[in-house]
Amino acid sequence: MASLWRYVLAGVGLAALLAGVLAAVYVTAPQAPRPAGYEMAGSEIARSKETANGLFVASFEPERGVIRQGELQSWLLTLKTNAGTPVEGAAISISGGMPQHRHGLPTSPHATDYLGDGRYRIGGVKFTMSGLWQLHFAISAAAGSDTVVFNVLL
Amino acid sequence: MCCSERCSKMNRFSRLFALLAMAVLAGCGKPEFSDAEKKTIASLALSALPPLKADTTNRFADVPAAAALGATLFFDAGMSGDGKVSCSTCHKIDRQFQDDLPRAVGVGRTNRRTMPLAGVAHDAWFFWDGRRDSLWAQALAPLENPLEQAGNRAAYAHYIKARFGERYERIFGPLPDLSNVPANASPLGGDAEKAAWNAMSGAQAEDVNRVFANIGKAIAAFERSIAPPQTRFDRFAAALDTGIQAPQGDDALSPEEILGLKLFIGKANCVTCHNGPRFTDGGFHNTGVPSVANLPPDRGRIDAVRQVEADPFNCFGAFRDGDAGACGELRFMVKAGPELVRAYKTPSLRGAATRAPYMHAGQFSSLEEVVAHYSKAPASVEGLSEIQPLQLSDRERAALVTFLKTLAE
Ligand code: HEC
Ligand code: HEC
Repeated sequence: MASLWRYVLAGVGLAALLAGVLAAVYVTAPQAPRPAGYEMAGSEIARSKETANGLFVASFEPERGVIRQGELQSWLLTLKTNAGTPVEGAAISISGGMPQHRHGLPTSPHATDYLGDGRYRIGGVKFTMSGLWQLHFAISAAAGSDTVVFNVLL
Repeated sequence: MCCSERCSKMNRFSRLFALLAMAVLAGCGKPEFSDAEKKTIASLALSALPPLKADTTNRFADVPAAAALGATLFFDAGMSGDGKVSCSTCHKIDRQFQDDLPRAVGVGRTNRRTMPLAGVAHDAWFFWDGRRDSLWAQALAPLENPLEQAGNRAAYAHYIKARFGERYERIFGPLPDLSNVPANASPLGGDAEKAAWNAMSGAQAEDVNRVFANIGKAIAAFERSIAPPQTRFDRFAAALDTGIQAPQGDDALSPEEILGLKLFIGKANCVTCHNGPRFTDGGFHNTGVPSVANLPPDRGRIDAVRQVEADPFNCFGAFRDGDAGACGELRFMVKAGPELVRAYKTPSLRGAATRAPYMHAGQFSSLEEVVAHYSKAPASVEGLSEIQPLQLSDRERAALVTFLKTLAE
């Protein structure tokens, strides 16, 4: 009986030792590098949002659904009024870059086609590195002019 | 009896304890990578390199006979004004297709560093400043550059007909009638060549340009076969990726190499530009590399934009095969902006350790100098450098260099 207790005690001791070592390793381990912009709230990388002055509701997503780093891709910008009516005939200009790396976009994307239903094809979008990218849209339509910024995290 | 039983149990127990302690200790010394780091490392491995995309602007890109003719032309000194210089004068096959010189020397002395060619066909832009938009259009530039091969397109057309007529025709179809084409003529040559070119009929000029473009397409077909080799880093990455056990023996990296790798993909930010399996984003960046005394000003990408737009052999030009859908890079090219000033194409770092000197005009003679430059991040002579000072310790700088060597072994 006594010997059994001794085993249990030794076992508990060993487990404690192991836990201690693991904790030490964990605490002293170098922090994994976080992708730039990691701290951003989920809402800020939203694919759909109201424009700065609330004139439109804009959504922006890759035409084929997935983002491929380093490839030219088309995205779709969909513009609706708050009432949900598609915005037609909008003039759209695009700029952007990586705020943390002091550089602009590697390409100059622009609207190439109007697909109807407030949807504009934005050609020539390319993200060459992982991290936080920003795309600024200046939108002019019958209802007025407004801007919106989309954050894309790769 | 009881004691001996208990004692043997204790014995077994202490053995178990020793084993566990050893495992824990070994674990501490082993390379530990976070999941994010493992993902980045896997993205840098050669195995992540996608197969070469078809080049629809060059319908001979994957025709073996075209590649074979291209190889012949690449090594043929007859393809030059003075009969002494070929592509391989500067792009040496046993030296990663570069020449170890700070600035290339052909018929004359150039102002730029010869670029290595492994994997170059994966790129969208060519030259340090990207002033050509296809591999075949690129090949035409040195042929007529007075400092490189210093020839002219009319002379090349005659030479092809005389030397390689049959091989050419089997690939590209009948050669045009060149009997009335002057021996030397080009829109880019000296005054006599320009005058001769201007005296040619439109149809003759078109014929010569067609042969000239096909020379580029054959050479490009050959260049597509130049692939980067597997390195020690790739074997390490492959072993790490299997996740079954830590990379062993020759595939293992030393603690210093691992420190360098961690810096490269972490604190030192190298991987922001040198990313993907070729260690390049294919983009243009101002990294504050100093200019070279006594050379004319070199403004990088900003001056290349007009040149690629004006190139009659660019993707929008008459010599492209296939449809203009392949011209996205040219169509959506950034044409202006302060970030293009002294921006140069990010070079691949594969094999870099064994091909000093470095940068677009051979500014740095060793990797130590390169890393010291990144650590200090001096301001650019013109435009704004994207590099931020890193304040790396001596040990960290040495580790980065050690890591870069794993990409050349
Ligand atoms: C006199 C030396 C010299 C000769 C000859 C020469 N090159 Fe180059 N090559 C260079 C230099 C220097 C550069 C970079 C020039 C620049 O950026 O302005 C370069 C760049 C290139 C590039 C671009 C690589 C990249 O990553 O963008 C390719 C491809 C290339 N050369 C192929 C060729 C071919 C094909 C030939 C023969 C038709 C040739 N070169 C002849 C020196 C030479
Ligand atoms: C902002 C993008 C960027 C970052 C970050 C960056 N590089 Fe570079 N790297 C470049 C560009 C662009 C060049 C060519 C510059 C030139 O020739 O003027 C280059 C050149 C080099 C070269 C020379 C290669 C050759 O063939 O000449 C080496 C080596 C190198 N970088 C290593 C590194 C290391 C190590 C780091 C991290 C400490 C790093 N780079 C960070 C963009 C970058």
